[in-house]
Amino acid sequence: MVDLIRRAATGVPADVMSALENAYRSENDEVARVTLCAILKSVEISRKEGLPLCQDTGSITFYVKSQGPSRSIEEVLSRATARATTEVPLRPNMVEPLTGENSGNNLGALSPFVIWEPADNPGSIQLTVLLKGAGSDNLTALVMLNPTDGVEVIERFVVNRIVDAGGKPCPPTVVGVGIGGSSDIATFLSKKALLRPIGSRNPDTATSNLERRLLEAINSTGIGPMGLGGRWTSLWVNVECAHRHTASLPVGVSMGCWAMRRATTVISESELSGMEISTGEGV
Amino acid sequence: MASLALRTPLSEEDVRNLKLRDIVDLSGQIIAARDKAHQRLLELVAGGKSPPFELEGLAIYHCGPLGRRIEDRWEILAAGPTTSARMERFEPEIIRRFGVRMIIGKGGMGPLTARTLRETGAAYCAIPGGASALIAKSIRKVKAVDWTDHGIPEAVWHLEVKKMGPLIVAMDAHGNSLYNEVTRRAKGILSSLSFGS
Repeated sequence: MVDLIRRAATGVPADVMSALENAYRSENDEVARVTLCAILKSVEISRKEGLPLCQDTGSITFYVKSQGPSRSIEEVLSRATARATTEVPLRPNMVEPLTGENSGNNLGALSPFVIWEPADNPGSIQLTVLLKGAGSDNLTALVMLNPTDGVEVIERFVVNRIVDAGGKPCPPTVVGVGIGGSSDIATFLSKKALLRPIGSRNPDTATSNLERRLLEAINSTGIGPMGLGGRWTSLWVNVECAHRHTASLPVGVSMGCWAMRRATTVISESELSGMEISTGEGV
Repeated sequence: MASLALRTPLSEEDVRNLKLRDIVDLSGQIIAARDKAHQRLLELVAGGKSPPFELEGLAIYHCGPLGRRIEDRWEILAAGPTTSARMERFEPEIIRRFGVRMIIGKGGMGPLTARTLRETGAAYCAIPGGASALIAKSIRKVKAVDWTDHGIPEAVWHLEVKKMGPLIVAMDAHGNSLYNEVTRRAKGILSSLSFGS
């Protein structure tokens, strides 16, 4: 399990890497080219040396598809987080919310956070880790729109938010948008949308058209890599929807920095029980 | 867009010569400091005390590096910039009080820092966010680490760097800001976009 965290911390996912290379090839702005060139060089050093991509190794969220929530899986993930902190290493980021006291190993109340979903196949467990830096997470937004506002107000809100964010979330970003549900669900969906690969589309036609329009509008603004101007402000936009209360229209926006650090693995339940009893190897 | 090499301590002339979009590589001593260290510097000033280090002519790098301690020395593994906007509430006074000549970070800073840069002769340079391994390679030595009591990310790191870059001049000593240029243009485009289908 430490290896899953290591993979997310030290390597850019393949879909994101292709999008970054494509951005560099097609960028004309000189400052943007210098920026993207440095980014690609740095990614290569991290890959070769097995070093974290960014000093902010983020806060750690696991999305687990399993038979059901389980204390033993949570324990395996906590142990892996503490071990990864010294072995990868990860920066100890997590602090007590009021005093700011650093726990030193990235563990704490609801850290790492685990989100549970039903398994696709019985007997198998799918684990996805998301490492989210504060730079991009601090730009997350939620708005409770008026239900009669319509799609154009949603679009304007999202693009406006990206323009206001400027260089802070480390563009070119991946943008996740959650529409509908209640306030918490819209925010949750916006972040979960970041897990869907670049190149994928929402199966619903109206939603996938919205994804296309948003990406085009965002990149027409010219905010560019690191907010210094250029063609590529975002690499991709994913939208996820939920039915909403007729009197409510919540919209959440999350941004993933250009590294979009995520990694997934599938293990069997028997492999998991091996991890529970072992205290060292393989966990 | 010129390419320049600079070394700390920086003079006012070094910095006044810089123009927006110039690409700089920096060598010499710099200080990596972020939220808590900035706050603490000004608390010392308010209490009539001096910090245990000099900042005159130096660059402050908004960064909380990721390092590994090997016996009595630090090896820096990743050292990209953090979001500079969080330091806006402290930076103008710190630049004035301590004679800092360069701020290095990401995302840019606000109007008070912009004015201070112009009035004192200092510049803000962007370094690509997340180019952490590349930047770590330019850190040749950790000379000292102060104020570790707020946790490692919030400590003050005295670093010896060689050809640290690319530093992109994004707010110069003449009141110009690349961020303002880009945002103003983006807002103009945004207001002309038609949304919905």
